[in-house]
Amino acid sequence: MTEAIAEGSVRALITPEGVDLRVRLAPVSERALALITDLAVIAGILVALTFATLGAMSAMNIEEPRAAAEIIWLLGFFLLRNFYFTLFECGARAATPGKRLMGLRVVARDGGVLSADAVVARNAMRELELYLPVSFLVSRGTEIDAWVILSGIVWCGTFVLFPFFNRDKLRAGDLVAGTWVLKAPKPVLLPDLAEQGTARAVFAFNAAQLGVYGVKELQVLESVLRTGEPSALQAVAERIRAKINWLKGATEEDGDFLNAYYAALRRHLEHRLLFGTRKRDKHDRS
Amino acid sequence: MDETGLRSLRFRREREESWRHLEKLLAQVERRSARSLSDEDMVAFPALYRAALSSLSVARATSLDQALIDYLEALCARAYFFVYGARTTLIGRIERFFAHDWPAAVRNLWRETLVSGLIMLAGAITAFALVSADADWFSAFVPEALAGGRDPTATTQALRETLYAPADAHSALSVFATFLFTHNAQISIFAFALGFAFCLPSAMLIAYNGCMLGAMIALFASHGLGFEFGGWVFIHGVTELFAVTLAGAAGLRIGWSIAFPGDLTRVAAAERAGRNGAVVMLGVVVMLFFAGLLEGVARQLITSDIVRWAIGLTTGVAWALYFYRGRTGEVR
Repeated sequence: MTEAIAEGSVRALITPEGVDLRVRLAPVSERALALITDLAVIAGILVALTFATLGAMSAMNIEEPRAAAEIIWLLGFFLLRNFYFTLFECGARAATPGKRLMGLRVVARDGGVLSADAVVARNAMRELELYLPVSFLVSRGTEIDAWVILSGIVWCGTFVLFPFFNRDKLRAGDLVAGTWVLKAPKPVLLPDLAEQGTARAVFAFNAAQLGVYGVKELQVLESVLRTGEPSALQAVAERIRAKINWLKGATEEDGDFLNAYYAALRRHLEHRLLFGTRKRDKHDRS
Repeated sequence: MDETGLRSLRFRREREESWRHLEKLLAQVERRSARSLSDEDMVAFPALYRAALSSLSVARATSLDQALIDYLEALCARAYFFVYGARTTLIGRIERFFAHDWPAAVRNLWRETLVSGLIMLAGAITAFALVSADADWFSAFVPEALAGGRDPTATTQALRETLYAPADAHSALSVFATFLFTHNAQISIFAFALGFAFCLPSAMLIAYNGCMLGAMIALFASHGLGFEFGGWVFIHGVTELFAVTLAGAAGLRIGWSIAFPGDLTRVAAAERAGRNGAVVMLGVVVMLFFAGLLEGVARQLITSDIVRWAIGLTTGVAWALYFYRGRTGEVR
């Protein structure tokens, strides 16, 4: 399933109770999308606020609408730029609307409580990672100035590209604040496959037939069964039949055979697990 | 009932109900708030969370159903984020911030504050000496746009006027105050963030700030307006310069921690400095808000030099008392 692709981004997170939760890091692409969404929201709020004020002022016949608009932009942009992220990340979901949309959240790296101080620190660094490079990009200059701007952009690049060059995808703000951004997990309890593979008399496997595979193969079989792709089912069923010398019955369906084999194999392996032997895969001779 | 004879399946059937219950409570908490839980649910929550954690441990040891383990991992992680999420209410946090956290964080930075202040002073003295010796240096320190006609070619009369006239006739005071506040706050957040690049950029920004001040003082002093200019600057400048100094100090601390982490790893050292710095920075923004009000409003309305000086000195003493006065019976 997704396991194979995501394996590189799984990290240990030990709760204070001492259990490892094996959390998943957020991909850089999703974080970028979340940021773009948030910036769009900020811009939207500012525009809406300006229009609302201007409308209210003209309705009440107040002079100097320009001054009001200026204050809204100066103060509004300042507040949003610095506190939009902070306020949302201090909330119960620890995520801005953009992050929520992408299913991400901010978490303290040490597994403890995410403090407001950490949230402030990670967002103050945004100044260096986002606003400074942007202001370099939009500034213009000739001759010496141009070189200064160019070296400024290169220098900023170090911070902008920071998440690409460390294994936990931390940006400078995360590093300073002791946080990281994780995928917020969505628990979905799927039905247990073993329930469907009710042991029918037709499918009686002996110990030798169950002894060829290990846990890894069991889990591959589980994912094949859950996906339910007919061609994959057929291919896997044929492989297994060949391996365990199983003669296909006249009315035998591939799905039924695999379900039954899955249930039997799982019972066999779990039984051995209780006695302390975990057969990792088919090469494991323990 | 258990026709497959699978222990893991029986395990799942026995516990499933409590997992579903936890899932339901979590959905409720995330959609609304922790307060929407009934008293019974509130009491049940931690127990359900621990039960789920223990189920996860058992499942990892005895079950080979990967989907079940994935589900429990996700469920436990979600419950964990709620149980160990940010806890304090906003009002309580703000109170604690002003009563304890902020002054403590500032005191913690005293060494860096001293260095940062000295850097600014050094910049000011250098610029003062250079401009006093040769007025041509002025343009090197103060950009033309910022000087706004206050340069060595200006007459004493023109300079005097800039000290008492409203800064910008056609712009309302409130706009001016807002502009000053946002501008200065952004500069200091910038000084803080720059510290991450091993101190130097922060130090340069602070020194440059000092240079501009020194150059201005030299200019006005050469026209015999030193005292008047002092009142004009220090009515808000005490607060503002102190705030910028603190921001620079927080930046220096981060850069220093990364360059010389001591016994800690670099990452851990940066983390510690960053959290302390963030507290200071929140306070700096508050200080600059006051400075913006003093500069944008009070200075435009008060034109007496003595009163301006008095306000400046009072704010200085007040900040110093607030931050550094000894606190007894302090609990951490």
